Amino acid sequence: MWRDAVLVCGKDLRIELRTRVLLWQVVPFGVLTLVLFALALGPSTTELQRGAPGLLWLALLFASVLATTRSASIETPDGTRSSIRLLGLDAGGVFLGKAAALAAQLLVIAAVLELGLLVFFHVNAARLGIATPLELCAIAALAAVGTLYGAVVAGTDVAGTLLPLLVLPALAPVLIAGEKGTAAVLAGGGPGRWAIVLLVMAVAYLAVGTLLYGSLEEPT
Amino acid sequence: MAPAVTLRAAVALLGQFPVLAGVDLDVEEGSVVGVLGPNGAGKTSLLQLLAGLLALRSGSGSVMGCDLMGDRRDLRQRVGLLGHSPALYPELSAAENLRFGLRAMRRPVTDAADALERVGLTGRLSAAPARTLSAGQSRRMGLAWLLARRPALWLLDEPHAGLDIGGRDLCDEVIEQAAAGGATVVFASHDPERAAKVSNQVVQLAGGAVASSFEGQRPSHVA
Repeated sequence: MWRDAVLVCGKDLRIELRTRVLLWQVVPFGVLTLVLFALALGPSTTELQRGAPGLLWLALLFASVLATTRSASIETPDGTRSSIRLLGLDAGGVFLGKAAALAAQLLVIAAVLELGLLVFFHVNAARLGIATPLELCAIAALAAVGTLYGAVVAGTDVAGTLLPLLVLPALAPVLIAGEKGTAAVLAGGGPGRWAIVLLVMAVAYLAVGTLLYGSLEEPT
Repeated sequence: MAPAVTLRAAVALLGQFPVLAGVDLDVEEGSVVGVLGPNGAGKTSLLQLLAGLLALRSGSGSVMGCDLMGDRRDLRQRVGLLGHSPALYPELSAAENLRFGLRAMRRPVTDAADALERVGLTGRLSAAPARTLSAGQSRRMGLAWLLARRPALWLLDEPHAGLDIGGRDLCDEVIEQAAAGGATVVFASHDPERAAKVSNQVVQLAGGAVASSFEGQRPSHVA
């Protein structure tokens, strides 16, 4: 399973490096979202800092939906999805590989958004660094959910519009826990229980995805 | 010869629509079978059923000793399918696509170069992104994948489509080579003459069922 995961992850990342969808489309979208939020809140530093945690997570969530849609579209229903099944790859390995590739891309997006938070929202860089464990757990959860729902909608004619509708409600708990945790850290506390909540979510989503991915890919 | 494929009253559905409506078919190991029929006759669905990609809803079926009503994952690893759509990642080169598949199947990646050379995809063509290949070159790439993979059962969906004359002859050679090596080949075609020339057996499908079957021109003893 792990060998297959590494193989699939490497393949997806290589494709991303060739197309640079993340660099030229997803990251600019995330930054643009953050800038628009900042413009909407106005010049008050206090207001910007108070809204920063929630807006960071909203921007990351929206950008992750784009990245998820792109990740799901790599496997075409009549082409590579069938060929993957004929290769005899472990379904759990395929899921973990695709989720790992998506997580790597979300890490890049999160890093750029944090830079945006420092520039536009004037948050404390050292405090933001303390929130890293929260983000790692949340990104694992985002990647797991995105990969799983990507397989659910794959092959449908409305995958592009259906995927956000399914993914966003499923990720609402991640958004809430991420925002609460980051707000606590920026206010001078630690990630504490919110990091644990996000870790449990990440492990649960990854476990469910590893178990279910094969049956989602299997024709009935 | 042992049977490679045995189907009895096989029914398969796409949604609620019966794409295969009671197919009876016997294919011996090492033989070449051409499947003819108009558009919508069920040729592609038959190949997908034999590949284990389409579920058997009723009737019975066995492919390479695997029961189609049971777990089909073992079967899939012994089958090579060249479908309508090229199973390629367009951003990766032909060589990278092949190497990914071979690594996934735990085969030596050195087989990729030999297979690509056999189908005439060398040099710049093997290194260029697959999206830049023409339809015919993508078809050749699909054949290269089967050559590298060496499956026990070759399933080819209109393999001559999009190929030039040289490519069609190459395709026939590859089929002959596969059968001579002991593999079983089932291919769908719209060309009755070519199908008869290459095959031991030709099956005519109509409305998701076998309408007729006759012997092809390929001598059975070759198999």
